[in-house]
Amino acid sequence: MDGSDILISAALTIITAATPLLFASLGELIAEKSGVLNLGVEGMMIIGAIIAFATAVSTDSAILAIIAGAVAGMVLGALFGFLVLILMSNQVATGLALTIFGLGLSALIGHTFVGKTFGGLPTLYIPVLTDIPVIGRIVFGQDGLVYLSIAAAGAVAWFLKNSRAGLILRAVGENHDAAHAIGHPVIRVRFLAILFGGAMAGVGGAYLSIAYTPLWVENMTAGRGWIALALVVFSAWRPWRALFGAYLFGGITILQLHVQGIGVAIPSQLLSMLPYLVTVVVLVLISRDSVRQKLSAPACLGKSFYAAT
Amino acid sequence: MQHGLPGRLGAVALACAAAIWLAAGAAAEPLKVGFVYVGPIGDHGWSYQHNEGRLAIEQALGDKVETTYVEKVPEGADALRVIDQLAASGHGLIFTTSFGFMNPTIKVAKRYPDVMFEHATGFKRSDNVATYSSRFYEGRYVVGHMAGKMTRSNVLGYVGSFPIPEVIRGINATVLGARKVNPDVEVKVVWVNSWFDPGREADAAKTLIDQGADIILQHTDSPAPVQVAEKRGIWAVGQASDMASFGPNVHMTAIIDDWSPYYVARAKAVLDGTWQSEDTWGGIDTGMVVMGDYNPKLPPDVVELAESVRKGIVDGSVHPFAGPIKDQQGNILVAEGEVADDEMLIGMSVYVEGVIGSIPK
Repeated sequence: MDGSDILISAALTIITAATPLLFASLGELIAEKSGVLNLGVEGMMIIGAIIAFATAVSTDSAILAIIAGAVAGMVLGALFGFLVLILMSNQVATGLALTIFGLGLSALIGHTFVGKTFGGLPTLYIPVLTDIPVIGRIVFGQDGLVYLSIAAAGAVAWFLKNSRAGLILRAVGENHDAAHAIGHPVIRVRFLAILFGGAMAGVGGAYLSIAYTPLWVENMTAGRGWIALALVVFSAWRPWRALFGAYLFGGITILQLHVQGIGVAIPSQLLSMLPYLVTVVVLVLISRDSVRQKLSAPACLGKSFYAAT
Repeated sequence: MQHGLPGRLGAVALACAAAIWLAAGAAAEPLKVGFVYVGPIGDHGWSYQHNEGRLAIEQALGDKVETTYVEKVPEGADALRVIDQLAASGHGLIFTTSFGFMNPTIKVAKRYPDVMFEHATGFKRSDNVATYSSRFYEGRYVVGHMAGKMTRSNVLGYVGSFPIPEVIRGINATVLGARKVNPDVEVKVVWVNSWFDPGREADAAKTLIDQGADIILQHTDSPAPVQVAEKRGIWAVGQASDMASFGPNVHMTAIIDDWSPYYVARAKAVLDGTWQSEDTWGGIDTGMVVMGDYNPKLPPDVVELAESVRKGIVDGSVHPFAGPIKDQQGNILVAEGEVADDEMLIGMSVYVEGVIGSIPK
């Protein structure tokens, strides 16, 4: 295998590694923009993963599986929304509980699916375009969810910047009292944002269990929900930067494996740490301007809303 | 009978169950055997195989025994509580199945001298604590021969978990086996720094294949690398349990941990009153390490070779770490005519000739 082949397959691997992170972080980004901090991303992802896998194995339909994964994430999101918006529970504690709940429930549901396997997602093939050397397979040879994730980044960016609904969502996240005073339904907006976050986390989980590694094993998200959460902060709540962050993270993860395979004598623990280290460094760099950082974080993030006040 | 109880909650429920059971009073008391697992049974690997051993005890000894398990027990203070709870609730024999349960097991054992303890992969023993482990490397030596025969690129890809002696021993055994039949073979190792992360294990396997490896071996617990190999049409070997269903066309065989014969024998020994504290390090000859089914697509001579090596290990004519063995710099580790002793195997921390790269420090 020559150099360009290695490059192509490294790029393909990077993209598949980044896609589940991108889905989950875009969903969480919308939730946080509305002022809700949901630390249950990992739990929603893993529930999405098992429900999607179960659906894929029983129906043999990838599309049904993805929808089922999204719905499963939404159901968990709805539970979270009910607890923090209606019962006013603490968002941090509830989010953590949601993660633990999701991991446990998925293990329970997944019990009978251990050891089963699924064919995986078909990849796109456009006769002339996919055959273009080097970039053909990278740009035109992915599975459908990869394109969907990039489209989702664009859609979320457009929604936040250009739509009236996006403006209301941001207003609710910046100052819920003011938004309430001029008549915006704070609770409803936040609930919808949480549902969207759940659906996206569910799709991210579904990608793991039906495309990335088409199998079910307990705890298979292995902390990716937490990375998605970090990416939201990394992106300073900007969708395109979340896309960049996800690919950067995926890229470094894969490159460190390649470096090891070549036999470079760098401690592998250090290499495994590298993606996180780079995240921290970039985070420090982009937040040097503390005023801008303050402006980009939604002002009401993590605060409960009491309509009476 | 069995009680499947998850986590700490299980331990509490267990205490209640035991209380009820004591109150009811029992005529013929079965031996209660407890198991502590570090992972979920659904990991399809390490803990899964230990649970198979538990089921084997039930099957072999019927109503003479009653088994209990607690899964996903974190190594540390929680383990102490869980083990203590099992001992306090009338268990006569307790298996603690992870290295990190060593000190808690020893501590609890002091308090309950009448309860027998069995700790997997540890080195501390006492009057009522025995230790046991498997010589997995014997299986890897067999697989190494097969890989050496089957490789075309002469590069084997090895997905490693952590650079500890157990894993390094496996890598060395593989390359020694492969070089017996094909002196040009080299092994590339990629460490994922986890026992279990399907995504990263799959990425590591893809990386190794991209860099020219045409056989994938792994010392991590998920079947993801086998699945990648299936997709790329490259031979692979299952780890800990049979993974053929994840790569029906490429799964050469698997190195299976079979704890059943040992567990049944130890439970019987307690029933007969012959149980003693000892250290067991069993290999293929004791049935603790089992080769999975050979893929029917393998050439017959490769299967024959594997079987002859396996039989050689059983009758003692073949030893994976028989000299001469050189390290990467060409220094002699084991001289010609000698065999590495267990002490050297347990502490193994250098690569032998044929492994690419250096061990992360």
